[in-house]
Amino acid sequence: MPDYKTGERLRSRVSPAQFVVVRADKGIDEITCGGVPLAREDDALAAEAELEADDFRIEIGKRYEDEAATVELLCVSAGQGSLAVAASPLALKAPKPLPASD
Amino acid sequence: MNVAMLLEMAASARPTDTAVVERSDRVRRITYGDLDRASSGGAAVAESESADAIVYVGVNGVAMPVALFAAAKAGIPFVPLNYRLADDKLAALIGEFDSPLVIADAPSRVSAVSTVRDPQRWLDDASAAPAITGKEIDPDATAVLLYTSGTTAAPKAAVLRNRHLASYILGTVDFASAGNEQANLVSVPPYHIAAVANLLSNVYAGRRLVYLDRFDAEGWLDMADSEGITHSMVVPTMLARICDYLTEHEQKAPPVSFISYGGARMPVSVLEQALGAFPDTGFVNAYGLTETASTIALLGPSDHRDAFATDDPVVRARLGSVGRPVPGVTISVFDDDGAVCAPYARGELCVRGPQVSGEYRGTGSLLSEDGWFHTRDQAYIDEGGYVFVEGRMDDTIIRGGENLAPAEIEEVIVGHPSVADAGVVGVQDDEWGQRIVAHVVTYPGTPLLESDIKDWVRSALRSSKTPDDVIFRDELPRTDTGKLVRRLL
Repeated sequence: MPDYKTGERLRSRVSPAQFVVVRADKGIDEITCGGVPLAREDDALAAEAELEADDFRIEIGKRYEDEAATVELLCVSAGQGSLAVAASPLALKAPKPLPASD
Repeated sequence: MNVAMLLEMAASARPTDTAVVERSDRVRRITYGDLDRASSGGAAVAESESADAIVYVGVNGVAMPVALFAAAKAGIPFVPLNYRLADDKLAALIGEFDSPLVIADAPSRVSAVSTVRDPQRWLDDASAAPAITGKEIDPDATAVLLYTSGTTAAPKAAVLRNRHLASYILGTVDFASAGNEQANLVSVPPYHIAAVANLLSNVYAGRRLVYLDRFDAEGWLDMADSEGITHSMVVPTMLARICDYLTEHEQKAPPVSFISYGGARMPVSVLEQALGAFPDTGFVNAYGLTETASTIALLGPSDHRDAFATDDPVVRARLGSVGRPVPGVTISVFDDDGAVCAPYARGELCVRGPQVSGEYRGTGSLLSEDGWFHTRDQAYIDEGGYVFVEGRMDDTIIRGGENLAPAEIEEVIVGHPSVADAGVVGVQDDEWGQRIVAHVVTYPGTPLLESDIKDWVRSALRSSKTPDDVIFRDELPRTDTGKLVRRLL
């Protein structure tokens, strides 16, 4: 079990996409991008692997969450590749409209 | 997650948009891209000098964000200090660090260290230095140290780690959600949590920051026009002065979309005046503490308008509330036995969540076992979950065995049309334990008698809440953010 921590940085192996973990339940499976597990902070990142015909855009500042809300990622660097945890895809999370307090 | 990442994202998305505008003795502007580069250079300067902190003694300006983000990139704390402190007190605070990098508006005032840079020199050195890259930052590193004023003499430094601030920002702000035509006017000093939160929020949102270094109502109104201000963060005394100025000069309010306020108690009479003077503006009450990385409860624009327009007393009362908890935060009111209070029952306001630090330098964490931070604020929650903060528990006056909240009496006195300001304290009394003393400031040209104040309070509250003594003064002792300093009354 990967046991992701809030604030941890993850990187795609198939595109320049990078993430920060906003929230992750204990015991979830590996999170993948384009079918390949995301690299964790200590993992060495080899040259970008081939991304097979996958035009899922990952946009900077956007959040991605699975339907069961077991994990939420914030994209800190843009890229491409469908995101999934176990068999569940992560989709774009709608922003919550809070009034600017600062 | 490091707060510098918030800037790196902004610089990546909008490198050429203006991030900060400074209007002090000169005008400076900086884009997100340049702010990112300069802070990377600043981090390199700090590292080359083996700095253990970046200390900032000055007003808001472009140099401040460069300093804050440079500190974050170097993994050392950013420490803004009150430039109004006496030289010896400043020296003592700076002396708490072994090798601080010090930036000061008036370098000659700082004798504690050998090298003190003025803001321009800091900007020049930071821009000239090669950017620091690939530095491993401890994820638990402290981002900011903020000295909180308390009732005791020695200020304590609240520890805000990157994770506390990041949690607050990511929980409440949507990335690049503001168009760059939006601009936020700030005159809250940099050594206050509101200014730190304001900087991080607006950089992450992509909203241009406009720093007004010294507040006065006319300057604020001029800037609101000339810079196309859409948002502003003010403290209650500033809002009162702006409204008074508009009334005195029969001027229409500028078309500001949102005004958020906090930092001290907002008298309802001032708020109602502001709602009337700015009919098209959304008001936001942001309640929080330094120890909670700023805002933990919000009263939003529709909350304000609904309360202002209603006849329902429960809803109307919410104009005096601080609203409801922000996402990720839990607020509870506990009684003396530690049990949760029923709606409307008074107790101590406690808060829990990833943005809550409750840690002080040297004394460690004051969180309870379950992670609650005890604010020492007396509060109650209404049936709809709206939080009402009555004041500091320590300020409670005990007269004839009855507990009285000074804020309640102050609120009533300030509601008198000739009263500009009021502060109520308890004074030791052989008969009553404490007696109530009201310090009152009247508007020029409208003097009042002691009996006027006493009659006014008696007609609104129980007679036991009527001040025993009334002292008229020219002004009351307040901090830069308008908090009443009761121990000086």
